[in-house]
Amino acid sequence: MSVFVYAENINGVYKKAAFEAVSYAKAVADQAGTAVTAISVNPTDSSDLLYKYGATNVINIKDEGLKNFSAKAYAQAVSEVADGNIIVFPHTTDASSVAPMLAVMKNFSLITNVLEAPESQSPFQVKRKAFSGKGFMHAKAEGEGVILTVSQNAFGVKENAVSGSEEVKNLSVVNEDTKVISHEQSSGKLDLKEAEVVVSAGRGMKGPENWGMVEDLANTLGAATACSKPVSDIGWRPHTEHVGQTGKAISPNLYIAIGISGAIQHLAGVNSSKTIVVINSDAEAPFFKSADYGVVGDAFQILPALNEKIKAIKG
Amino acid sequence: MKILVCISSVPDTTSKINFTADKSAFDKNGIQWVINPLDEFALTKAIKLQESQGATVTVMNVGDAGTEPVIRKALAIGANDAVRVNLDPKDSYSTAKEIASVAQNGGYDLVLCGKESIDYNGGSVPGMVAQLLNQPFVNASVGLDVNGSEATAVREIEGGKETISVKLPAVIAGQKGLVDEKDLIIPNMRGIMSARTKPLQVVEPTSSEVKVQGVSYDSVPPRAAVKMVSPDNLDELVRLLHEEAKVI
Ligand SMILES: Cc1cc2nc3c(=O)[nH]c(=O)nc-3n(C[C@H](O)[C@H](O)[C@H](O)COP(=O)(O)OP(=O)(O)OC[C@H]3O[C@@H](n4cnc5c(N)ncnc54)[C@H](O)[C@@H]3O)c2cc1C
Repeated sequence: MSVFVYAENINGVYKKAAFEAVSYAKAVADQAGTAVTAISVNPTDSSDLLYKYGATNVINIKDEGLKNFSAKAYAQAVSEVADGNIIVFPHTTDASSVAPMLAVMKNFSLITNVLEAPESQSPFQVKRKAFSGKGFMHAKAEGEGVILTVSQNAFGVKENAVSGSEEVKNLSVVNEDTKVISHEQSSGKLDLKEAEVVVSAGRGMKGPENWGMVEDLANTLGAATACSKPVSDIGWRPHTEHVGQTGKAISPNLYIAIGISGAIQHLAGVNSSKTIVVINSDAEAPFFKSADYGVVGDAFQILPALNEKIKAIKG
Repeated sequence: MKILVCISSVPDTTSKINFTADKSAFDKNGIQWVINPLDEFALTKAIKLQESQGATVTVMNVGDAGTEPVIRKALAIGANDAVRVNLDPKDSYSTAKEIASVAQNGGYDLVLCGKESIDYNGGSVPGMVAQLLNQPFVNASVGLDVNGSEATAVREIEGGKETISVKLPAVIAGQKGLVDEKDLIIPNMRGIMSARTKPLQVVEPTSSEVKVQGVSYDSVPPRAAVKMVSPDNLDELVRLLHEEAKVI
C-alpha cells in the first residue's frame, strides 16, 4: 500500500517543504517496501519535480472550489484520494491546519513536528520535537493509520529520482463555511521557516533605522531576516519575524544572532539550527553558551565589515 | 454570544525541561505552571469581545486538579466562568474530544484556542476540535472581528496574510498578533478576588481513548564549546563558516 504525501504548493508552485515531505515519504516507503504517491491541489508546476524526490505516482486534484485555501475543504479533498494508512505532510502553516482535521476524518493517529525517519513501522514510532525545542519525544501511534507532519529543515531534501506517472482527479468539494476576502503575499521574500540561512537581530540594534545593515548581510548571504520578541513587540519589525518559544521555531543551517541576549525563550525557537553564530557586545551574554562561533564586539562595526568579507568570498 | 476559550497549563517559559530518570515522562518537579502564552492571546481577544459585544466567556481546561490555579488566573483576567474536565490529558486527540464535548453541550458560537501549546507542541487540538464539531477552522489567526453570525479572521500565511469570512459557530486558533502584546491583561487585585467566587465546574471525561503515546523522552544534547573569534579577525570567522562549518 502506497505511502501518501501532501505536496504543498503556493499559487501552483511547489514549496521546498513539499520536496522535503516527499523525501521523507520516500524513506518511509523504502522501509516498508512500497512506493510513494504524492497528492497536490491545483499545481501548475510539473510533476517531474516530485518524481525527482521519489514520488512514483502524483495525483493532481483539480478543483475550482479549492482555489482558495480552507483547512476543512482541503482535508476533505485529501481524504477522498489518500487511501493508504500512512499520510505525510510538511509542518507548514497550511498543512498543519489540514492534518488534524484529516486525522479526525480518517480516525488516524496524528504525530506532528516529526524529525527523523520512523524508528519502527509496526507499531509506528518516531522521534518528534517537543517542549519548544528543549526536548524530544519518541511517539508511538496506536491503531491502524497514521498522519505525520515533518518539521521543516529537519529531515532535509533528498534527491531520489524515480520514473513516475501522473493522474488528474477532478473533484468538487463543497466549501460553504469560509470565504477568502483578501490575500496579501509579499513576493520575492524568502520564507523564514524554509530559509537555510537566517540573520536575526535583537534589541542590541537600538532602533528600526539600523536594520539596513542586518538586511544587507542577509542579502549577501541569501538569508531570511528574523528578530527577538521585544523587537517585534515594540514594532521595530513585523511579528512574522519573531522567532522563539512564542514565535516561530526554525532550524536553518546557519543562524546569525546579532545583539540578542539569548534568553531561554529565544533559544527555544532557534537552538535546533545547525550552526549558530553570536555577535554581542557583552561577553557575558548567555547566548555564547549555546553558540558554535562567537564574536564579542559592537554590532555596528562588525556587521558592515563582515558583510564586505562575505561578499568577497562569494565573489 | 457565547465564547469558549481553551487554555492549557504549561511549564513557565523559563523552565529547564528535565525528564524522569527512566526517561519515560516529563519531570514536573519544581515546575511553575502558567497559561500557555498563545492561549493568553485568545483569552484576551475573548475579553475584548466580552467588553465590546457583551459576549460571555467560559474558559476550559482538560486537566487534573493541579491546573486549577491557572484556571483561576484566567478567571481573574476576566472570564465569566470555567469548566475543568477531570482528565490528565495524554494526547491531542483525547484532549480534543473532551473540548468538543464541552463545546457541543454548551452551544458556543465561538471556540478560541492558542495555535499550539509550548509543552508538547502538538498544534493539533484546535483542528481536531473543529472537525469533531464539524465546524469551520481558521488556524494561526492574527486578527478577529465578530459581526452577528459571521466572523472575519485574519490568518498568517507564509510570507503574508489572508482575510477570511467565517460562518459561526467556528473554531479559531490564535497566536501573537491576535491582540497586541501590550494589551495582554495582568490580573489586578479586584480580578483576583472576584475569581475566587466565580463558578468553576468540574466534569468527568466522556472517554479516554488515546491515539498517540509518548514512549520516551530525550534532552537536547549540548553543543560543543563555542569558538570565540576576535572582532579584529573577521576573516577567521568567514574561514570557519566556509571551511569548517561549510555553511557559506
Ligand atoms: C512568556 C514569554 C515568552 C517569550 N517568548 C520569546 C520568544 O519567543 N522569542 C524571544 O526572542 N524572546 C521571548 N521572550 C523574551 C525573552 O525572555 C527576552 O526578553 C528576549 O529574547 C530578549 O531580547 P533581546 O535579546 O533582543 O533583548 P535584550 O535582552 O535587551 O538584549 C539585547 C542584547 O544586545 C546586546 N547589545 C547591545 N548593544 C549591542 C551592540 N552595539 N552590539 C552588539 N550587541 C549589543 C546586549 O549585550 C544584549 O545581550 C519571552 C518572554 C516571556 C516572558
